[in-house]
Amino acid sequence: MFGLTPDEWEAIVLTLKVASAAVIVSLPLALAVAWLLSYGRFPGKIALEALVSLPLVLPPVVTGYALLLLLGRHGALGGFLDRDLGIVLAFRWTGAAVAAAVMGFPFMVRGVRLSLDAIDRDLEGAASSLGAPGWLVFLTITLPLAIPGILSGAVLAFARSLGEFGATITFVASIPGETRTISSTIYALLQTPDGDRAVLRLCLISVTLSVGALVLSEILIRAGRRRLAR
Amino acid sequence: MTFLSVQLRLRQGAFALDVAFEGKARKVALFGPSGSGKTTILKLIAGLLRPDSGRIVLGDHVVFDSAIGVDLPSRRRHVGLVFQDGKLFPHMSVRQNLLYGAWARGLSDHALFDRTIEVLDIAALLNRAPRHLSGGERQRVAIGRALLSDPAILLMDEPVTAIDHDRRAEILPYLERLTAETETPLLYVSHDREEVDRLAQQIVFIRGGRVWNPTSPPEP
Repeated sequence: MFGLTPDEWEAIVLTLKVASAAVIVSLPLALAVAWLLSYGRFPGKIALEALVSLPLVLPPVVTGYALLLLLGRHGALGGFLDRDLGIVLAFRWTGAAVAAAVMGFPFMVRGVRLSLDAIDRDLEGAASSLGAPGWLVFLTITLPLAIPGILSGAVLAFARSLGEFGATITFVASIPGETRTISSTIYALLQTPDGDRAVLRLCLISVTLSVGALVLSEILIRAGRRRLAR
Repeated sequence: MTFLSVQLRLRQGAFALDVAFEGKARKVALFGPSGSGKTTILKLIAGLLRPDSGRIVLGDHVVFDSAIGVDLPSRRRHVGLVFQDGKLFPHMSVRQNLLYGAWARGLSDHALFDRTIEVLDIAALLNRAPRHLSGGERQRVAIGRALLSDPAILLMDEPVTAIDHDRRAEILPYLERLTAETETPLLYVSHDREEVDRLAQQIVFIRGGRVWNPTSPPEP
């Protein structure tokens, strides 16, 4: 189909799988961190903000190496995961998902936080004064009003994950069928003499997926604005 | 009978609030210029802000007393707070807004609901979204929402100010009808002397974060 080889299909499916897993796993944590940054007042808030944004400014290969040190089979946390829980991340697609999640995390937190910051605190105050306990205020006021931002943040992180290369190849290498995503496939094809046509095909697919995700994110942001308009 | 007894101290940056007053009539107005601290007082009574020190008694319930460490959360103070611009929940219909308090408290009083929407004349609006309401309609719904949470006192922050001047006549009769019929005491914030004279039985004058007596010359 579309003149794609089985290897290329495999890379596309794997990329979508990795990006989806990355978004699903990191969403609850991103929600919690964004909530802390928007509502919390605590010492070290600036440090947390910086930590969350760190993957944006670090060379991806550094992030990948940090992941390898931390989560590799002999890493600080990886050794524990391997020995005691039987979870191996290094050189597995799950590791690729972790790398994608880390790289997409700043985008997700930012999307969620912007929508939380935009919520009129008096709406939550009104709900409290009407008798709702804090958790109910969160579930019925805060969360529904933040949903467009949550979705657009998740879509942006998904788009970022689709293109992840540096951290991924450093942490989990480029193993066909396991960690060879679209980006790694393109890179591998560039090393071979007759790879040009395949590279072009995969580039087009990559651009299509990314533009689609960005458009979706923009639509969600607009829907959110309409919803909040009084 | 005293419905309300308030002593509040709060410092917020350069603004210092230090007030003490009692509400002896059913309809009390807090009257003063913009920026004098009237809205802050309502939020302190409602529990949305915490005073540095003071004491708040609603009816015979002490809801805040810094001396003995009492600080009831907003939801347990049973105040019906009506914000200046309504603050209706934008993602809910008018009906859902009205029923939010009863739902959160697990109450159900159909007679009260029917009566409230009749007095406020909002029956036709129930399925609308707040963004499709006029300023006056929004304000009436906000008043209804507060009343339906079964409040011990109604706190209103300039409910008429958000509406342009020509349409104010639209909501004043509702407020008068409401306050005449309901047993719920009302603390009403305004900087419009005409409104205050029309509605209130007792006026507390606020200026620069303090209570003052207009019969004596104001402090320099």
